[in-house]
Amino acid sequence: MFVSDTMLKINDLCAKVEDKEILRQLNLEVKPGEIHAIMGPNGAGKSTLGNVLSGRPGYEATAGHVEFKGQDLLDMDPEIRAREGLFLAFQYPVEIPGVSNMELLKASVDARRAHAGLEEYSAIEFMKMAREACKTVNLDQSFLKRGVNEGFSGGEKKRNEIMQMMLLEPSLCILDETDSGLDIDALQVVASGVNAMRSADRSFIVVTHYQRLLDYIVPDYVHVLANGRIVKSGDKSLALELEAKGYSWLENEAV
Amino acid sequence: MSEFQSHALVLAQQSTGLPWLNEAKQACADQWQTEKWPTRKTEAWRYTSLQSLESTLWTLPSDAALDALPDELMALDAIRVVFVNGHFSSQFSSELPASLTLFSQASDAEQQAILAKFNQVAKVEKHLFSQLNTAALGEGVFLNLRANQRLEKPVYVVHIHTGSGASDYVGSRLLLSLETSAEAVVIEHFVTLSDASPMFNAVTEVDLGENAKLKHYRISMESEQALHLGSVHAALHANSQLTGFTLATGSRLKRIDYHVRHLGSGADLDLQGIYLPKYNQRVDYHTNVEHCVPHCTTNEVFRGVISDTAKAVFNGRIHIHQDAQKTLAEMSNRNLLTSNRAEINTKPELEIYADDVKCAHGATISQLNDESLFYLVSRGISEAEARVMLSFGFVNELVENIAIDEIKEWLRPRMAKAFGQSDDVVRHLIHDESID
Repeated sequence: MFVSDTMLKINDLCAKVEDKEILRQLNLEVKPGEIHAIMGPNGAGKSTLGNVLSGRPGYEATAGHVEFKGQDLLDMDPEIRAREGLFLAFQYPVEIPGVSNMELLKASVDARRAHAGLEEYSAIEFMKMAREACKTVNLDQSFLKRGVNEGFSGGEKKRNEIMQMMLLEPSLCILDETDSGLDIDALQVVASGVNAMRSADRSFIVVTHYQRLLDYIVPDYVHVLANGRIVKSGDKSLALELEAKGYSWLENEAV
Repeated sequence: MSEFQSHALVLAQQSTGLPWLNEAKQACADQWQTEKWPTRKTEAWRYTSLQSLESTLWTLPSDAALDALPDELMALDAIRVVFVNGHFSSQFSSELPASLTLFSQASDAEQQAILAKFNQVAKVEKHLFSQLNTAALGEGVFLNLRANQRLEKPVYVVHIHTGSGASDYVGSRLLLSLETSAEAVVIEHFVTLSDASPMFNAVTEVDLGENAKLKHYRISMESEQALHLGSVHAALHANSQLTGFTLATGSRLKRIDYHVRHLGSGADLDLQGIYLPKYNQRVDYHTNVEHCVPHCTTNEVFRGVISDTAKAVFNGRIHIHQDAQKTLAEMSNRNLLTSNRAEINTKPELEIYADDVKCAHGATISQLNDESLFYLVSRGISEAEARVMLSFGFVNELVENIAIDEIKEWLRPRMAKAFGQSDDVVRHLIHDESID
């Protein structure tokens, strides 16, 4: 177990995508066990934050520093970030026909455990765990044998992301608009998956447009991201205030 | 005559077996001498050089002993017909049922039956290497299924080359005749046990009677020094069904042709192919489907993954004759280039002379998708393993369609290994299917 009392510490992070500056001196600190919600208008940089943190090619950090469990995050290759316990639930999960869900899950969990110096799960052991995870997110077991996200509905893809997250047991989970396109039932399944994973040594960053998700995943902090930086932080009541008032009153503050 | 043409004639002279086929053999030898040798300006050989055939004095290999069947074979409950260096191996073959005859052991009546079918489906005058195949033929297999006859087990024809022969010419002929409503499954498998460089010239003729059904698999995974010039010729009569699957890894020269003719209404062709050349290897698939009559269907899907400096050719032609109304024909060719220096020349051709048909064709050439790659890497999977997984997935979709589980399970790990040598990058694709 890591000893640092900080999960994630972002200092003055600037990032650009295709020469366009998106994040401008963003600061954020997340402690173990906390849930942080990040809200904000379209184009504010919410998804960029998750992409920069997970190391997606094309998202370039140009200044600032990010510490993840006491290590320099930006210095790590994306697969190392994942093995160290950072997980990004994609806004648009990718379909990979011809590679089964199960193959992806076993390969990723094996990689994470090997990195931590832990023994691999046996195929049988892991199959049991995967089936259990399927149940939790209310996906039929046949999804394990199907191609990764192949022909899944929007809701099934998002539940599949949560299933991957459960099996990878990350330290820091970033949910990038996982609620978008979900009906209320799927939303509850996703939320209960997340809530079941809450623990003192695991943190969440929940990126969302809508307050609705936060009725089910109750955050410790709510931040408003506008024009590439956090312009206001508060507790869960801030989300309700945003729902009522919109973002425009805050965007002015950011300039 | 090219150098190779005259060398090859010696093969024909040496091949003295099967005297009852002499007329056909001689006719092909005669024609072979008069053929204008293809160059890179010949359309059908534009992207594939026959240079590797030259300057070798090809010879017919003698029989070779084999201690045991190689592990490389599929674990199939099948009627096994094994050839070693072109010679039938009774030791490793199953007891052949009455419907299955070796040319060399054919009775007078069987010889007559073979003569009635031989080179009837294969249009040798249009297919150069089938001429050579005929002229130098020393052995063949004849499957003759009568009306309603069904083989209980698949026929597994294995061509093994062993030894160090750098000039071994291995010819073979498979003649499949299925009369009305007969059904069979036939697998052809080409294997080399050394890094020698034999030349396979394998011709398959398929004659499907009314309502007959054949599943035909042709797996060509020889060493990269091996040469392979092969062809499958099929005639489909009314309501017959040919389900074909072919897979080829690359080598110095590998050219495989499929010629299928729809001759009776309601005939159905489903043809799927995979080619996987890497390093400096070559693979060339040419397919030609003739719709001569109305109400027939063709579904043709070929996919290739081309790596390193390898080159592949896919030339798929579907020809819909004027009378072939209500034809449904689709052809798709998708290619994945995993290196900047890999090359694919793809040419889907639809020639339509009927006015009431539904046809579609498409060809794509792409590289590994960055988004998919990042998705896997963001789960902690190394980039090397992610690349193998994506290449594998690209063609595995076709393997998943294979109706016979034993073939599917045999192919999976071998296909994965074609993309990655080290265990680290393939082991998650090679797993025990029984755990579920």
